[in-house]
Amino acid sequence: MRDKVNNVYQNIGLPRLIIIGFFLSMLALAAPLGLSVPNLLGDAIRRWAMYGVLVLAMVPAVQCGIGLNFGISLGIVAGLLGSIITIEVGAMNPWLSILLAMGVGIGIASILGIGYGLVLNRVKGSEVTVSTYVGFSVIAFMNILWLSLPFKSGELIWPLGGQGMRNTISLASSFGEVFNRWLDFSIGEGINGLYIPTGLIIFFLLVCFIVWLFMRSKAGIAMSAAGANPVFTKSSGINVNKMRILGTVISTVLGAVGIIVYSQSYGFIQLYNAPLWMGFHSVAAVLIGGASVDRAKISHVIIGAFLFQGILAVALPVVNKLMPDSNLSDVIRIIISNGIILYALSKTKGGSKNA
Amino acid sequence: MPNIKDKTLNIINDNKVVLLFVILCIGAIVASGSPLTFIAGELFTRIGRNGFTVLSLLIPVLAGMGLNFGITIGAIAAQIAVFWIVYWGFTGIEGFLVSVLMATPIAILFGWLVGKLFNKMKGAEMIAGMVLGYFADGLYQLFFLFIIGAVIPVQNDTLIITGGIGVKNTIDLASNLKYSLDTVSMLTIISLSFYIVVGILALKFILRALKKIETSMIKDLILLVAAVAIYGATFIPGINGFLAMDRLLLLHGVIIGIAILIISQVWKIIDNKFIKHTEEYNIKQPIAGIVAAGLIFLLTYIGPIEEILMYVNIPVTTYLCIVVLCIFNNMLLRTRLGQNMRTVGQSRTVANAAGINVDRTRIIAMIISTVLACWGQLIYLQNIGTFSTYGAHTQVSQFAIAALLVGGASVHKATNKQAIIGVILFHTLFIVAPQAGKELFNNAQLGEYFRVFVAYGVIAVSLAMHAWKTTIKPKETDKLDSSLADS
Repeated sequence: MRDKVNNVYQNIGLPRLIIIGFFLSMLALAAPLGLSVPNLLGDAIRRWAMYGVLVLAMVPAVQCGIGLNFGISLGIVAGLLGSIITIEVGAMNPWLSILLAMGVGIGIASILGIGYGLVLNRVKGSEVTVSTYVGFSVIAFMNILWLSLPFKSGELIWPLGGQGMRNTISLASSFGEVFNRWLDFSIGEGINGLYIPTGLIIFFLLVCFIVWLFMRSKAGIAMSAAGANPVFTKSSGINVNKMRILGTVISTVLGAVGIIVYSQSYGFIQLYNAPLWMGFHSVAAVLIGGASVDRAKISHVIIGAFLFQGILAVALPVVNKLMPDSNLSDVIRIIISNGIILYALSKTKGGSKNA
Repeated sequence: MPNIKDKTLNIINDNKVVLLFVILCIGAIVASGSPLTFIAGELFTRIGRNGFTVLSLLIPVLAGMGLNFGITIGAIAAQIAVFWIVYWGFTGIEGFLVSVLMATPIAILFGWLVGKLFNKMKGAEMIAGMVLGYFADGLYQLFFLFIIGAVIPVQNDTLIITGGIGVKNTIDLASNLKYSLDTVSMLTIISLSFYIVVGILALKFILRALKKIETSMIKDLILLVAAVAIYGATFIPGINGFLAMDRLLLLHGVIIGIAILIISQVWKIIDNKFIKHTEEYNIKQPIAGIVAAGLIFLLTYIGPIEEILMYVNIPVTTYLCIVVLCIFNNMLLRTRLGQNMRTVGQSRTVANAAGINVDRTRIIAMIISTVLACWGQLIYLQNIGTFSTYGAHTQVSQFAIAALLVGGASVHKATNKQAIIGVILFHTLFIVAPQAGKELFNNAQLGEYFRVFVAYGVIAVSLAMHAWKTTIKPKETDKLDSSLADS
């Protein structure tokens, strides 16, 4: 019995237990403070599905051996470009426009992903550090482009001056909330209701399922093998570098799809420095879900995204009730997300490696 | 002559980052159309402000821990001290020294913790240091937003947000710490060092008298006479007035530098030729040095250069600190500890076999780096004069590392020279980029984004280049593996 408990404890890990405990305690605090628990839960569910695809993008990256993909910004940028091109093209059916946005986004992401994969193949062993700065610099580079690309649509550019795109662009006239509104329903009434954005959840689970299927396909298994043991995989005739590129491309593409899903749920596209930290949040989420630097599963994504976003969704209002006019919840998020990344790094690199 | 051609190609190849940035800087300076005097003035201010922090990065590189993204934590230690110094009402150089006294133990503790953590993640120090910086930022915010005021009672309307909990966004240092180090005059330094020299010599004489050791006292006496002579000279009205200034005109600085250079070269010649009689001594080198110094002196008479030299004032003490740190970095290399660090940096296995305590050496490197970064942040804050409570430390490591890399350093090799060149180039670009963006694209924001892109891009490219270089070797063994597998 004791061994079993110990085993479960080892599997879950101390930080995860703390986070689960924190989440539950915040939830327990909500009701006495006069907050609507169903409402908070609804918010948590919405954010879970909204961020889920971005977190999912970590799975192929980790499995193919490039490690935690802090460079997911590359995919995010591709998705943003896709969305912006769609808006520039003009009004059409929301479903058509989100498909177009995704199509363009995936196209750009694939090209970027191949290049990115080629770079990462050359820097084996330092992928994480390099990819972090690739992510940072691509965001900075896009800042320049957002200011200077010759887009014309009035919804994109600043009304005054006419140069450069807005910080936040409304999606009301294009594909805002298309997934969210599809088959959505509410349990209970008004502010006490539990709102379920069915379409969004279905889409997120569908993408998870596709990735799950892929991971069980021949290519997916080869990819995981390449990540787990490159030398052995090579000797069985699989091109490790190709598999790593494949994983990188899929991760980048998922980043592009992820940001589009995120934006449509949010109702706005955020440009400039807004996506800078999304890589860190995705990494933290998948690690909270139980992934490690060299192994990640779909279940880790689903659990991790819910816990990470759930804490934000629940802790924010609770903390605001406890301490009005403060950004304690933001601080807590910074501590939790970076703390969990640090914890994961310290677990894998044990220190004994080539000591 | 293929040899010379190869050599120049090699030099270009080795310094391509530096050369690229020189070209970029010149282009941006031309495009911005800013007057050179303005750029030079700004540049010298920024070297004084940031040079120390960039130099704090060198020791971990030496110890094989890569670029220390964790210097943010040193900056945090400095800022904790600065807040309390402002709160307690210390001002001027006393305030600065008290903040150094208070911040150093905190930085040592932090550095020790960081070192402990890094020992658990060997090989991933850089990413760990970066994430650790963000993590520490979270704890820092927690401390300043909720602990100060709520747990630690602090009553001060100018520092604390109305409501009594949390520190305000910006703290004005104008009336307390601003320029506290920059304005320490040469006179103060000279008299202070005079007292120190006399004190040490006195102690030596006493010890000698007590132990009755018969050693020559000539060297000490010469030193004492020199110290008295220099100190005495400060009482001559003209020299006194010159030394009492807190800023040194760059022109005077250059002339003093040239004088020191010539004297040192002449001393070298005399020492080797006429005192030690070294046979194989090459006299050409010091003579070339003297000629170069003479040429530089002539250069100061050229109009535009003279204009800059007459325009720029440098804070003497701050620059002195930077020089001392450069010397410290060099001296450390010669000590046993420095050699140990070098061995650890080259191979932990070899170091371990040689009986060096690898973990301990790495922790010491981290402590030194964190403490230096902490002092660097104090210098930065006293120069800039406003303390942005939640923002001052966030970019410290990014910018310092970018500057070092621009100077041609890499993850496994960095020198004082590279740090200084890097600071100059990186900050030149930072000064002129917004103006250049405005002139070229009619948009100052573009230049702003461009310089951020440069900062991140430089780090990304040089990390990638370094990783690429290091993977080429294993690749060859890979080939061997695959050929074995094929057969």
